[in-house]
Amino acid sequence: MEQLLAQLAIFVIAAFLGWELIQRVPTLLHTPLMSATNAIHGIVLVGAMLALASASDLFTMIIGFVAVVFGAMNVVGGFWVTHRMLGMFKPDWARKKKKG
Amino acid sequence: MEQIATFLAYLVAAGLFVVGIRRLRTPETARSGNTLAGLGMIIALVATIFVGEFNPPRINGLGIGVGVLLGSVLGAFSAQRVPMTAMPQMVATFNGLGGGAIALVAVSEFYQGRATSWVAVVTALFTVIIGSISFAGSIVAVSKLQEFLLSGSVTFPGQQVVNAIVFLGILALVANVLAGGAIAELVGLSSFLTPFVSIIAILVASLVLGFLFVIPIGGADMPVVISLLNAFTGLAAAASGFVLNNYALIIGGTIVGASGTILTMEMSSSLGRPLSSIIFQGIVAPPQDEEEEEREVHEASAQDIGSYLKNEAETVVMVPGYGLAASQAQGAMYELMQTLEDEGKEVKFGIHPVAGRMPGHMNVLLTEADIPYEQLYDMEDINPEFEETDAVIIVGANDVVNPVARNEEQQTAISGMPILDVDHASRVIFVKRSLGPGFAGVDNELFYQDHTWMFFSDANQGLQDIAEAVKNA
Repeated sequence: MEQLLAQLAIFVIAAFLGWELIQRVPTLLHTPLMSATNAIHGIVLVGAMLALASASDLFTMIIGFVAVVFGAMNVVGGFWVTHRMLGMFKPDWARKKKKG
Repeated sequence: MEQIATFLAYLVAAGLFVVGIRRLRTPETARSGNTLAGLGMIIALVATIFVGEFNPPRINGLGIGVGVLLGSVLGAFSAQRVPMTAMPQMVATFNGLGGGAIALVAVSEFYQGRATSWVAVVTALFTVIIGSISFAGSIVAVSKLQEFLLSGSVTFPGQQVVNAIVFLGILALVANVLAGGAIAELVGLSSFLTPFVSIIAILVASLVLGFLFVIPIGGADMPVVISLLNAFTGLAAAASGFVLNNYALIIGGTIVGASGTILTMEMSSSLGRPLSSIIFQGIVAPPQDEEEEEREVHEASAQDIGSYLKNEAETVVMVPGYGLAASQAQGAMYELMQTLEDEGKEVKFGIHPVAGRMPGHMNVLLTEADIPYEQLYDMEDINPEFEETDAVIIVGANDVVNPVARNEEQQTAISGMPILDVDHASRVIFVKRSLGPGFAGVDNELFYQDHTWMFFSDANQGLQDIAEAVKNA
């Protein structure tokens, strides 16, 4: 019970945090923002690793393995593509340097 | 002791996620923000392996290593290859994979009998349902955006009824799991419909529901759907954190769930429609115009436009839409900007929140073509300036400048959507292939006004011609 209460407390605080965080991101950056939060929910890889670690037969091994592959794609692909996208937003001096 | 170390590492990771998202507020700090969040992810993963009570048999450990490596290579490869115009599809794909992963984790927890308390059972069921909806819905979204299958709004008679039946079926199966199979016993199916089989059935039914939920939604509304499914996956991750008693999952998932929900609502409000109407109505049917009268437009040539821009305009605002990206004309737009600036004109870009295929997508595409992001203005910032603007050049955009949207009485798909007030400028120039209406299928009043010039051309060719004409004028 105590554990559940602690989990709930963290859940509520994190929800408010997520709500606050997003408020002042300009539309200019909404696509990278969506992509970055998409990468952060790749944290499901932690769950997938734990599931595969405790797998005891073929069925759980297979679904655990698929979950790990999916999760790793979510994490690595998500951060990578966000990084590429944000690379497009070059500051003025970098743009000039590239041309000159 | 080890548990405390894991817990602290997870807290550091969560802190880095928060700082990372915070830094996404300005283009200057955004990239480092993404890197910090990525670092947080690495810390969370390493803490799981090295610090926790993580002691898999050798074969499982090998599976994890191979799986992570395989997933990373596949993810990095596709992320590196994808063109910027296909970004919405890529985000949807990764989102679907995350949803699928977390649904499978929950199934595994059930199978191994680790969901024992009622809280664990309920949250694990929630995870299976939401994760599967996110997975199937994302696949449909990708297919629509690629214009591969199911593009446009796909509807069939009795759709809502079918959705309701599937949903009630899921609820019945959930009740069966919670009652330990007692409901299946009541209807004489207990030998077949064990709690675990019910969970698999829930998984399948949720996949069907995810599919049914996205097929009626039209392509233009797809960004809102992707954002919503993104929030779903976040919530599913958080729920699985309750089952596994893992704080990294709870915090990371909840932040994404909450922020994704807000982002979704912001997006649907910039489309001028409540979220419920996007999800439950699909595309509003365009009103049938009975009287199809031929109306006069003022057609202009590249030379007319070039000499006006050179001799009579001081301030120019360009308004790009998806048509620009479709004809890959970002480079041509950059060239025209350069030409005009060399003539001493002031050039700005007005970006509607839903220009492109995702909010902010157009900004990514323009900055890719080296247009300085300092010159990209959001709708609220550029709208007051149109009064003082000598020329507006609209390229491949239509609905977002259609004054019809201001009249909320008229029942069109865009009524009530905030628009760019380009009609306040002294001269309005459309670079457009035809008089055809936009995504929403609504005729544009602005085409026929006296201060509007229509230049019928492909976006790429048209912009090049105008730039050439300015030089020669």
